Amino acid sequence: MIGGLFLHLALLLLFAPLLLGIITKTKALFGGRIGAPLLQSYFDLARLWRKGFVFSRTTTWVFLAGPVVGLVVPLLAALLIPFGALPAPVSFEGDLILFVYLFGLSRFFTALAALDTGSSFEGMGAVREVTFSCLAEPTVLFSLLVLARLSDGLSLNTLLGSHLLTAWQSEAGASLSLILVCLFVVLLVENSRIPFDDPNTHLELTMIHEVMVLDHSGPALAMILYGAALKMMVLSALLVKLALPWQTGWWLGDVGLFLAGQIGVAVLIGVIESSMARLRLPRVPQVLIGTSLLSIFALVLVLR
Amino acid sequence: MSLFLSAIVLISLAGVPGLFCRREGSGGEGLACLLTLAGVASGLTAVVAALATAKVPGLSLAWSVPGGSFALRLDPLSAVFLLPLFLVVATGSVYGLRYWPQQENPRNGRKLRLFYGLISGAMMLLLTAGNGLLFLMGWEVMALAGYFLITTEDHKEEVRRAGFIYLIATHTGTLALFAMFALIGEVSGSLAFSAAGSLPATLSGAIFLLGLFGFGMKAGLMPLHIWLPGAHAAAPSHASALLSGVMIKTGIYGLVRLTSLFAEIPPWWGWTILSAGIISGIMGVALALAQHDIKRLLAYHSVENIGIIALGLGLALLGRAYHLPELVALGLAGCLLHVANHGLFKSLLFLGAGSVIHAVGTREIDHYGGLLKHQPWTGALFLGGAVAISGLPPFNGFVSEWLIYIGAFQTLKEGVPALRLAVIVVPALALIGGLALACFVKVFGVTFLGEPRSEAAAHAHEAPKSMVAPMVLLLAACAWIGLLPTTLLPLLRGAVAVWSASATTAGADTAMAPLSWVSLSGWLLLTLLTLVTLWLRSRSRMTPREIGTWGCGFQFPSPRIQYTASSFADTLVRLFDFGLWSERHGGAVKGLFPRQTTFASHTPDAVLDRILTPLFKAFAWFFWKVRAAVQNGSLALYLLYVVLTMLALMALLLL
Repeated sequence: MIGGLFLHLALLLLFAPLLLGIITKTKALFGGRIGAPLLQSYFDLARLWRKGFVFSRTTTWVFLAGPVVGLVVPLLAALLIPFGALPAPVSFEGDLILFVYLFGLSRFFTALAALDTGSSFEGMGAVREVTFSCLAEPTVLFSLLVLARLSDGLSLNTLLGSHLLTAWQSEAGASLSLILVCLFVVLLVENSRIPFDDPNTHLELTMIHEVMVLDHSGPALAMILYGAALKMMVLSALLVKLALPWQTGWWLGDVGLFLAGQIGVAVLIGVIESSMARLRLPRVPQVLIGTSLLSIFALVLVLR
Repeated sequence: MSLFLSAIVLISLAGVPGLFCRREGSGGEGLACLLTLAGVASGLTAVVAALATAKVPGLSLAWSVPGGSFALRLDPLSAVFLLPLFLVVATGSVYGLRYWPQQENPRNGRKLRLFYGLISGAMMLLLTAGNGLLFLMGWEVMALAGYFLITTEDHKEEVRRAGFIYLIATHTGTLALFAMFALIGEVSGSLAFSAAGSLPATLSGAIFLLGLFGFGMKAGLMPLHIWLPGAHAAAPSHASALLSGVMIKTGIYGLVRLTSLFAEIPPWWGWTILSAGIISGIMGVALALAQHDIKRLLAYHSVENIGIIALGLGLALLGRAYHLPELVALGLAGCLLHVANHGLFKSLLFLGAGSVIHAVGTREIDHYGGLLKHQPWTGALFLGGAVAISGLPPFNGFVSEWLIYIGAFQTLKEGVPALRLAVIVVPALALIGGLALACFVKVFGVTFLGEPRSEAAAHAHEAPKSMVAPMVLLLAACAWIGLLPTTLLPLLRGAVAVWSASATTAGADTAMAPLSWVSLSGWLLLTLLTLVTLWLRSRSRMTPREIGTWGCGFQFPSPRIQYTASSFADTLVRLFDFGLWSERHGGAVKGLFPRQTTFASHTPDAVLDRILTPLFKAFAWFFWKVRAAVQNGSLALYLLYVVLTMLALMALLLL
């Protein structure tokens, strides 16, 4: 139990920023460049960590609450989700609701921290964040319903248990592949990736998450970036387990499989970012409603 | 039980001594508050004592009124509704001392205190009534006292209109309740509430529909919510807290008590309440998003939360219909806990809104801004309430929504194919939660953060201690339920047992057991947040706050470039335009060098202003025309009517 907890946290804390490096590297390869080193996000974090703060006179303590919640929430959520075949250290019936709502809490405070600056740009980011996330929420719950229907419990550990392997081979395989697509779209929305948001442009009008954290600096910005990396790893853990439900029987093998899956997701995101343009903002709600419909269809297939 | 009776008397009559005091003096205020607090203390003692004993304490006195005896009883189901009532009444009464002082409001201060006490006493009476007639008496006193609370500022046109709509709505609802109790009396032979699960199935459908109309009107289930937004916006804030936090819950109490009486529950009852809950929840929060009057916005959130409560009740009814004790226990526990939770956080939010209105002098959110700097306590407490109402951990809203979620997930596992449709509750609740989050980010962000948008907001002052302390108490209660939900399990279990004796099985208990984990993760979250916050604060302590927000190169930022309440919600409001029909005026920019232009948007109530008012206007026009034709002043025509009536009467006698 304690060993599992430490392994879980170590994997999360050490490995998460590497995913961002992999995405950047993939995009650089597609662009024909060498690109930043794989470990660039670690260097960035270390550099920001040593810096001081700059605060606007408009801001209050809520401005600092954003980074704090943004860092703590993925840490707690990581304890609820299995990393590949490694079971979640904390697990109880109904923890999936806590998992979803914890991210709601972090969104609440990130958006408030953005509004605290009184800048219209950050207001723009906050609006888009809460709008798009609340449209993504039903998709997540429909997908969780499909998983709950296929398993016999209500904790993420049983939802993403070993029965997935047989489920893929049964009739439910179609549903599982549908929700895999839906959850991947949700992952892109929640982590502000192309085609929903562009983390790299410097045109504030087109950004969502980056524009919300425009006024943060120093260690607070480092906490936000680190929190975002952790969030990406936690959410893609859901996908990895769903796509690679195998168990090697040896913990090191399980870790390897899980990390390979994570790297795969990162490369996939990189490929999508290189090959797609960002959607126009009015299109985003339509895509999200579309994925909700897909997930409803997946649910209908298993409820039949 | 005598303790409880004395509580009712003390609270009901709290405002009476003030009537004998001077209009401009402050004589009656302290006394009214003291009497209310004494009444609350004695009522609380009575309820706690009643919960501690296994037997349900009751009282039955001979009564000369037809239809049974003067019967009161205090079972756990009543207690679940009474406990938040006590807290809200007491905090509201203390808050009112400085919020609505007699010296500043000589016209209506005494009236407000009189009816505040009366409505509280009436609600205590009806929540414990063991007899239909007594229930209706409490109900009617409550309804009328509510009218006078809403029309406290009756010199304003909009307040009188809101009060009038409320009066029509509540009496239409009461009419249905009279019919319902008459039918119950017909079926069971007495107006006394029979034991749970004793009424036969005869006429049960008609009774349920009448009850749903009457109680749903009071609770504000969509589309019966027409009176609610206007009324809650018009009343003084602590009265709105009482109306929204407690009074509308008497409708839920009525539904819960009514459904407990029947032996068999047909499935369509559950489906009806479930669909009403989904509509109220989603449309309530969508309408709330479109508002820019802080109290109207909070009022629409009451519609939303009543929807969530109805989702829980609907699941419990389905559980009764299909004989699934776990579903009954989870659904009803979620429903009842959300009743208490909504009472707590909604009162907190109304009191917070009251402090803001007190300081800035307007209800328009777009005139606020940057208030957290001037009102640090109000702001922090309002933030706590906002987190709680959005259903986020570690506060109480999460616990009750969690119970309803788990109940809805249960329907997947059961072997009844028809029941599987009920999983729609899960995504609906998620959508409601996401929209509520967006709405409270908007309210808190626009009100308390950023730069002040008006002169009054720039010079706002913190509320006095006697207004802050009640809010602290309410937030503490929210945190208590959120962090220690297991302490309430015995009470909830008792209430569920009153509703359906078969629902208290071991399976239901294990279904609720993970609540201790929820509590544990709440504590873990809180600890981690505190540690990281302390660290970050200590590290950033020396940083000065002396530069302006970076305007992305723009040199002359003004508070007017900030997002407003309307622009924040615009994308979502447009998505829900099929049910909101927002009105937009102006805003189009023409030409290369556009001139100054204006833009206004407004979202009237979808049911009242879009359907009922035009409909009733059409009716009025039609009947006016009919009257003009029938009663046109020509004597010959009137004589013809007399002849026709005589002929008709003769025909009736002969046949």
